[in-house]
Amino acid sequence: MPNSNTYKLPIIVLSILLLLCFFINLSLGSASIPIDDVFNALIGKSTSNENWQYIVQDYRLPKAITAILVGSGLGISGLLMQTLFRNPLAGPFVLGISSGASLGVALVILGAGFFGASLTALLISKWSIVIAASLGSFLVLLAVLIVSTRVRDTMAILIIGLMFGSITAAVVSVLSYFASADQLQQYIFWGFGSLGNLSWSELLIFFIIYCFGILLSLVSIKALNTLLLGENYAKSLGLNIKQSRLLIIIATSLLAGTTTAFAGPIAFIGLAIPHITRLIFNTSNHKVLLPAVFVLGAIVMLICDSIAQLPTSDYTLPINAITSLIGAPVVIWLLVRKRKMVF
Amino acid sequence: MKDIKANSVLKTNNLSIGYKSKKKESIVASHINIELHKGELVGLIGANGIGKSTLLRTLTNVQQSMTGDVLINNKNLNKLNNNELAKALSLVLTEHITSKNLSVLELVALGRQPYTNWIGNLSKHDKVVVNNAIFKTNIEDIKHKKCYELSDGQLQKVMIARALAQDTDLIILDEPTTHLDMYHKAYILNLLKSLATETNKTILFSSHEIDLAIQLCDKLIVMTKESIIIDSPCNLIEKGAFNTLFPKDLIVFDDKTGSFRVKK
Repeated sequence: MPNSNTYKLPIIVLSILLLLCFFINLSLGSASIPIDDVFNALIGKSTSNENWQYIVQDYRLPKAITAILVGSGLGISGLLMQTLFRNPLAGPFVLGISSGASLGVALVILGAGFFGASLTALLISKWSIVIAASLGSFLVLLAVLIVSTRVRDTMAILIIGLMFGSITAAVVSVLSYFASADQLQQYIFWGFGSLGNLSWSELLIFFIIYCFGILLSLVSIKALNTLLLGENYAKSLGLNIKQSRLLIIIATSLLAGTTTAFAGPIAFIGLAIPHITRLIFNTSNHKVLLPAVFVLGAIVMLICDSIAQLPTSDYTLPINAITSLIGAPVVIWLLVRKRKMVF
Repeated sequence: MKDIKANSVLKTNNLSIGYKSKKKESIVASHINIELHKGELVGLIGANGIGKSTLLRTLTNVQQSMTGDVLINNKNLNKLNNNELAKALSLVLTEHITSKNLSVLELVALGRQPYTNWIGNLSKHDKVVVNNAIFKTNIEDIKHKKCYELSDGQLQKVMIARALAQDTDLIILDEPTTHLDMYHKAYILNLLKSLATETNKTILFSSHEIDLAIQLCDKLIVMTKESIIIDSPCNLIEKGAFNTLFPKDLIVFDDKTGSFRVKK
């Protein structure tokens, strides 16, 4: 499509803003570390306090990178779903990815009692939760994919995803009913989402899967733009609908699935970022939207994380609450100001 | 004879159309033998429910034929892959496009999708074709507007421009004049007429505007329960083909004016 060049400047400006947010995020936290020491720690020089080096390198840096991956990944998967389903209410989790992950985690945490007390401690390690979440979302997604190859109507897939979500939510309710208060609390804490728990090795796995998801999204750009005309026109333009649909769904599940596995079910970002981006850039061209959503998603997530840290205090607010508290008013404000939804 | 074969853009051999389900087949129409040539404007007319849409859907490979063949540029429709078909046949459908936030230029440029690279970048040639399509359909003044700002008539011109940009020998339009006022109905059909003449493309459209179609089309396909015939409008009037289109209790065809009248 023509004139995508005119969007280069705002994307560059946003990228610089992203870099700024990245450093601000690194320099804020419960310990107040001077900005030059943050830089020193980053490039491996000695800092005036040894603990600071550890805090920046092994806690804040992986957390900031996680925030970027989570924000951009969820934003892009939300964009893919909204275009594929021609539905402004679609988000990264419409296919039941997060409910599948919730079910997996619920089985591990809440169902641990069924496996006997001795196993409980073993089961509830961090990796087991990651694996349970991945398995849960993968299985739900597999079910949706198998069904989706049999139905011709894309809208039916949307409904099927929602139905799978309802089933898993129901199972989680039953499990919660029989669970102890401790287990429930642990499950609820997982549901708050968390960016700060990843080690470098976990982050590496997250990053590799994330890259596959981004790659598939890039390959889907042309298909996404063609889908703006509707499926029948897209087909008449030579697009293989089923293949593109599969590609888009896989990209979404890789991005949203790993995010949920490693950071919990982070709400709102996936739904809101594509809307904010469309309102700001006033375009539907995915060659512009995809990089813009990437940058904006990362920025918003970094800002939310900085706020959730409650700088200089010892408390950390649940990230899930902050994303909605900040994001929702922004979307409302943009919609009221522009008076028209861009979709 | 050889020349005529080279001229053939769309041809059907004993085509029958209809719907297959697991238990039974329901045939809507059969023994369809039509042939369209380069540069012809052809209208498809018939009463509601007679199978116009089914025929168009079969000709455009949206649904399978029951028996018989459809040949586009002398090649069997079933043997063309998605992209080859997209380079041979473009469509203007009755349905609305999903995203009205596209600008006119972006929308027309999407017609180049079968020719562009993996990410959809336009080459110099693509841009020339797009601008040409915009020029020919007379929408240069609105090319930077968004689709939600357009009237129905303007939007229809844009959709025709998009089909032109796809640069196919055959363009098929499904009821391009619905929702338009009298003036724009005539305008769109007249535009199609001049496009067929100027670009030598074959344009097939279904329509209920029988009197306009009689005046503008090179040929008409008249679909009735009994038969499907294709001929020039004059010959069709002589044959009395239009008298069989509708039940005769309410309207009759007037040979002299070439239009229908309400019985009094």
